[in-house]
Parts: sequence; C-alpha cells; structure tokens
Amino acid sequence: MNATFQLVVIGAGPGGYAAAFLAADLGMDVAIVEKEANPGGVCLYRGCIPSKALLHVAKIISEAKHAKAFGIEYNEPKIDINKLRDWKKGVVSKLTGGLGQLARARKIKYFQGEAGFINSSLLKIKKADGSFEEIGFKNAILATGSRPSVIPNLPKSPDIWDSTSALDLESIPENLLVVGGGYIGMELGTAYHELGAKVSVVEMTPGLLPGADRDLSDVLFRRAKGMFAKIMLETKVLKMEAVAGGITVTFTDKEGQEFKETYNKVLVSIGRRPNSENLGLENTRVKVNARGFVEINDQRQTADPNIFAIGDVAGDPMLAHKASHEARVAVETIAGHKVAFEPQAIPAVVFTDPEIAWCGLTEIDAAKAGREVVVSKFPWAASGRALTLDRTDGLTKLIIDPKTQRVLGVGIVGVGAGDMIAEGVLAVEMGAVASDLKLSIHSHPTLSETIMEAAESFFGHSTHIYKPRK
Amino acid sequence: MTELKLPELGENIVQGTVTKILVKVGDVLKMGQNILELETDKAVLEVPSNADGVIAEILIKSGTIVKVGQPIFKIKGESTSTQTPGRQPGDMASAVSPSRLPTSEGLQPKAPQGNQPTPSDPHNDTTNLTTPLPIRKDIPAAPSVRLLARELGIDIALVPGSGPGGRISTDDVKAYCKMLNTSRPGGSAPAAASHPLPNFSKWGSVRREAMNNVRKKTAEHLSFAWNSIPHVTQFDKADITELEKLRQSVSNSGKKISITPFIIKAAAAALKKFPQFNASIDMATQEIIYKDYVNIGVAVDTDRGLIVPVLKNVDKMSVLQISDELAALAERARLRKTTIEEMQGGCFTISNLGGIGGTCFTPIVNWPEVAILGVSRGSMEPVYANGQFVPKLMLTLSLSYDHRIIDGADGARFNRWLCEAIQQPSLLDLGQ
Repeated sequence: MNATFQLVVIGAGPGGYAAAFLAADLGMDVAIVEKEANPGGVCLYRGCIPSKALLHVAKIISEAKHAKAFGIEYNEPKIDINKLRDWKKGVVSKLTGGLGQLARARKIKYFQGEAGFINSSLLKIKKADGSFEEIGFKNAILATGSRPSVIPNLPKSPDIWDSTSALDLESIPENLLVVGGGYIGMELGTAYHELGAKVSVVEMTPGLLPGADRDLSDVLFRRAKGMFAKIMLETKVLKMEAVAGGITVTFTDKEGQEFKETYNKVLVSIGRRPNSENLGLENTRVKVNARGFVEINDQRQTADPNIFAIGDVAGDPMLAHKASHEARVAVETIAGHKVAFEPQAIPAVVFTDPEIAWCGLTEIDAAKAGREVVVSKFPWAASGRALTLDRTDGLTKLIIDPKTQRVLGVGIVGVGAGDMIAEGVLAVEMGAVASDLKLSIHSHPTLSETIMEAAESFFGHSTHIYKPRK
Repeated sequence: MTELKLPELGENIVQGTVTKILVKVGDVLKMGQNILELETDKAVLEVPSNADGVIAEILIKSGTIVKVGQPIFKIKGESTSTQTPGRQPGDMASAVSPSRLPTSEGLQPKAPQGNQPTPSDPHNDTTNLTTPLPIRKDIPAAPSVRLLARELGIDIALVPGSGPGGRISTDDVKAYCKMLNTSRPGGSAPAAASHPLPNFSKWGSVRREAMNNVRKKTAEHLSFAWNSIPHVTQFDKADITELEKLRQSVSNSGKKISITPFIIKAAAAALKKFPQFNASIDMATQEIIYKDYVNIGVAVDTDRGLIVPVLKNVDKMSVLQISDELAALAERARLRKTTIEEMQGGCFTISNLGGIGGTCFTPIVNWPEVAILGVSRGSMEPVYANGQFVPKLMLTLSLSYDHRIIDGADGARFNRWLCEAIQQPSLLDLGQ
C-alpha cells in the first residue's frame, strides 16, 4: 500500500515551500517532490538570490568609482572570480540548507526527484537515485515554476548563455551582448558591466523594460546609456553564429538595415516559460492554456478540483512573491477557509541601478483602460537625501483617482526604490487617499519623504517644489 | 456501501424540505433518475440521482429539511460518483459574474452551512466547499476587511464605504451585515422582537400553523421590498371596449384568450418607451442599471401562495405567443413544476386580480425591479363624449413604482401611455 498524503507539493520554490510549510503548520500531512536536494527553486538557486548577491557586489564597485566625485579615490578593483563565485554559492547554500532544516522540523516528507501524475490521486516519483515510488494524495499543488525561453535554431555553443549560465559566473567576458531589455537582461547586464564587461543590449520594442511606465524607465535609460557600450532599441536579432572566441550576431534595425557584431558571450533573456510539460497532466482533468500556463480559478484550483497550481506555472506575473501569496490562498482553500487571490497591488521591482519599482495601476494600464487618473510626481532633484547620496536620478509618482483621491498606483525609480515600494503597496491595498500619505509623517532625511511630497504635490503645495499659482 | 448526498441544485439553493421520496429500499438507481421532490424557497424541484446503485437505506423522510451535501441514501453496488459535485471547472467563469446586484436569495448573509468542513476535520475534501464569492478588483478596502467580508459571505462590492474615497472599514462590513439581518423578518428582526403578540386564545380558540416555504419567502421578500423602496401608486383608466371586442373575436371555444397577454404586450412596448421603468438601482455604487431585454413576471395564485414566473423577451413575442406561454407557465406553477430559472430575470411584474374583482389596489414593487402594474376588473361606465354619456368598458390600471428613480410625472406618463396603447389594440402585434 502506498503512502497517501493530505497534500503533495510538486516543486519547492518560493511558492511550493511556502505552501508546504503553511500546510504543515495547519496540521496537514505533507510531502514535497523537488529535483534539488533542498527547497529553494529558481529563486534561490538560479534567480533572485544569486542575482541580488552579484548586484550587491556591482553596487560596491560602482559606488567606489563614484566616490571619486567626492574626493575619495580607490584603485581599480581586483576581482577574484572564484572567490566571488564561492561567496555567491555560500549565500545560496546557506539559505537552501536552512529551508531544508525548516522542512524537516515540520516533519514534511521530502522526495528528491521528479513527479508525474498517474491519475487525480496518484503520483509516480522518479527519485534522484533512479528508483520509482508511487504516492497517493488527497490534494496536490503544482508549483513547478518556469525556465528561460530559448530562441529556436541557435547554434549549440557554451558562449550563448541564459540567466542560469550567467549566474554560474564562469567567466567575465570582455564583450557581452544581452538579448532582451527586460528586467533579467538589465539586471544581469548591470552586474556584468560593473564586473568589467563591455555590455551591449538589444531590444525589439522601442523601450527598455516593456511594461514599466516610460517616465520611470527613461531615468534608467539615461544612466544605462552612459554605462553600456551600446543600447540597440527596435532592433532584432536575425542570426547567431558560433565563431572562434565568441558569437557573431546579425541584427536588423528598424530601417531594415542589417549589421553584424561579434561578442565573447551572448546572454539570451527574452522571458520565461512555464514548466507544465512532462508532469502527466494529461492523466488528470487539469487544463493548460496555449501559452503553457495551467488554468486556475480565484482559489488557484485547477479544472481538477483536488489539484491546485501556483506561481510561474499558473500565470503572469512570474514573481516569487506572487507565488508565495498564492501558496497561502491554495493551502487555506484546501483547509476549508474562504479565501481568494485578490491582491490590489503586486509590486514589481527591477534591481538595476537605479532601481525601478511599481505597484497597482500604471499609467500604461490606465491609458489602456481609458481610466482618468491624475499623476502626481516628485523629482528626486528636490530631495535632500538624494542629494547627499549624489543620486538625484530618481522620481516618485502617485497615480491618483481624481474623484475619490484614492492612490491607485505608485511608481518609483531611484536608488532603494525596491524597498520603498512597500509603502506604496500598503497604500493601495488599504485604499489610502492622497491625504493619508500627505498627513503621515515621514522621517527626515530619507528617500521615503518623496512619497509624502508627491502626495503634497497632488494638492499643489509640496514643500520642496514651488509651483506658481495659476 | 456509499452515501448518496444531496447534489447542488442551483445557484443559492442550500437546502429544501423533502416533499416526496420517489424511490424505496431495494430500487435499482440509475444516474439521472429522479429520486426526490424537494421544496426549496420558491419551487418544488425534482432531484436527479448522481450515481448508479441499489438503495440500501433511506436516511431521510418526507418533511425532513436536507442541506446540499447531506447524505440522503445509502447505496450498494457501483457508484460512478457519489461526491457532491461542488465547484466544477465550468463554474470558474460564473465565479466572476459581472452582476453586482444580488438575487434576493443572495441578500441573506450566508451563515455557515452544514456543508462546510467542520473545525474538527479541517482538511475535508475540497469539493465540499460552497461556491466562493467572486473576486472584486479596485475596491477601497484593506485586505483584512476584504477577508472579513468573504468570511461572512458578503460581496464587498455591495458594502457602502464610509471612509475617505469610499473606503470600506470593518465597521462598514458589520453594519451592512446587520442591515441585511434586520431587513429580513423572521431572522433577528427587532421589529418582531419588540412587539410581542398578545395571547389570542384569551378570546377564543386559535391554531398555529408553520408557514410553508413560499409564504416565508414571500413575507421576507415583500418586507424587504416595502422597507427599501419608497413606493408611489398611481391609478389610471383605460377604455377597453375595443380591446374586449378584439379579445372575444380571437377567442374561441377551444382557446380562450384573457386580457393579460394584451396588457403584457402593451407593457413591453411601454418599458421600451420609458427605459427608467426597465431598470434596477445599485445604491452601493450609486448607479442605475438599464436593461436592454424585456422580461415580464406575472403573479400566479397557487394553492401554496404567490408565484411569479417570468416571460422572457416578451417584446419579441406576439400576443398569441404570450398567451400560450403564459398558460403553460401558469399551469407549471400550479403543478409546482416552476424552476428557479423560470422565476429569475424579471424586469417588471403584472398582477391581474380582475378575475376576482376589485376596483383598484396598491401592488408592492417586486425588488430589484422598479415598477409593478396591478390590473383590476373592467366595468361598464358612462363616459361623457361628444355631448352625451356613452357606455364604455373601463379598466383601472394601478402602477406602483420606486420613487427613487421614477418621478411622479413619469409615472403618470407611463400609465397614460399604457392606457392609450390598450385603447388602440389594433396597434398591438396580435400574431395572427
């Protein structure tokens, strides 16, 4: 007789392990099936955490360079890539090891291997040692995540990277081309630039970071222009050829002009696709849409009532914090609570330099929906704190409903925007009105004051901006 | 041996009273076969089996109140599905129903029902959950407030917010919940509680009888309508001399056409002419919902009480089609065969008491509709025309409406227009 679990979680990324841990805390009998020896998923092993470790290093290098402007000069940094890689690995293993301990402490049965559905209550696990085991379940949560999208028909070459290989930190190339100006490309491009690579970016659309409001991405663009060797917008990659010492890339620009360039490495970061194949979903009633996402309802329940799906495999936005929140909804639904996935604001953060963060309604969304909004901005040139950091390249804006004065969205670009956006999320979720932000005292001198001043500006009397009366 | 549970029967039906058990122990059961007659809030439904097998034990009897998901039979043999068909994949779409107005059933705060997992068994089969409320985007309420509303079974979109920018607080949700409770007589209605009944038996013998479901529902629904709608009733008279001639000419021994289909047809035209009469009010959003379809409910007197089946898209039907459909609906109502669907979706109601008598009356608007037409008995009256009194068959039409969106002048115009339409029956689409 096979063991039967009240809940089996397939995939232990930030969605899966959060689900398993909560379920165990609620008293359920839980199993995890995961390829890696410890929980963590892409986020910890090959995504958020290692990239942020590298971006921290990049920031130190960049700030050391910047210090010259204040009369502090350092020598060129010497980079020991092996030591750097070991440090990054150490961060990852410390975190994932810690999660493994937390799973054991909760008495969660951990199967290292790959799962396939036999039917809607039975799972076959191909374990890491090659053996097979079948387990039964009352409920299952699919949290299998996503993987980098690939460009078809590329030559097989170790010089073509995806985000995973870029984070392996095998070498620092002299020339690096980043294909795709989305957040992954921009973050890794920034890190490699600071580590000494000459980085070029090619993007099909007219702007970097499609999806972000243009006034925010423009601030990044202005700085990136000075950082990156070349930013090619509205340009397509036609062909890549492996040559000695790198990859020759053929481009075509918006006029249709073709040109070639050779790079030591090419990082392909054109998006991610859900891992919904090879799971035996055809043996269940689970439905998968044309883009490969598992179809779910407000409770994250699939068309097969005992199977739930969360995180990247269940749809956009593919963000770790969305997955963890969905984990809570799915598990509480299984536990019989009346819950739904109904956030008003899912923050998006791009950890470039400067950072870009937004939540709730964007100006792009408002324009698409034909919704009337008032945008109240506070440029960081008027922030004392930004001046002390010598980083006035920033902007804080509130997207406000003119009738109710409710804060519908917040957008920030500037150093530390990723941490600052939390206040915006709280404001949107709480249904705060502009005067709530204006009347809450923000500590001085901090960048958070820019949120308060953007709210003051909505009423036409920001302390640090003078607007003549009409 | 497996248990057969009462399946889900329709939106908002959580329980019913067993009126008849159509099978007995030892019967071979086929999926889809009718097993019970169940009286719900408004209709008697035939309940089909959702499994195959042989009935081993019947766990209920006539008169028992059973809840959706409650075991009703024990069955032997193969059972293809004995689960309550809870949320089905197809329900995903309906979970985001765009309607912001609740049905009258939806107004009742959903108290924890028997088909919820019990606390002692928190990891019950998820298929036993009640249909969750749809998610609402762009609602000015904190996550904790939204969760509270969800737990109470209240659609947060209906709760009026008292805070800046319409923000909904915990207190707003509680107040809304309380309002729903007190607007339901029989619930925790303070009106009933604060006025104790005298001891009637002091003056002679009395007997107490439980209200049937139709009576309970009628009492609740009409109290709610009366309490929430500021009513005005206007009377007008239509000369139906010509209409009566026409009616008699199309009726024959085999088929008697009443006056009601003509009035329905004229009312359908009036609803198109006066769209504010084909509307509903959403006070939560301060919006008026105008309907592009014309469905008219007709009050039918049955031995159990008042039933209002709805004729759908009457504007697209001829008088004779309406007559046939109406006869069929009334017959179904008297045979207790009316389905919940047949009683939903009305835009306007007509109550014809002319068969009984009376000169005029003040009908109560059938919320969430905004107007109702009462039809009395026609009578011969002297009408002064061209310098002399002539005998005319006159019919009083009593129009009650929701004064919040319909002004008195519009009420008078609507009723006059209707009278004039009826006076010229040749303009109505008879369908001959």
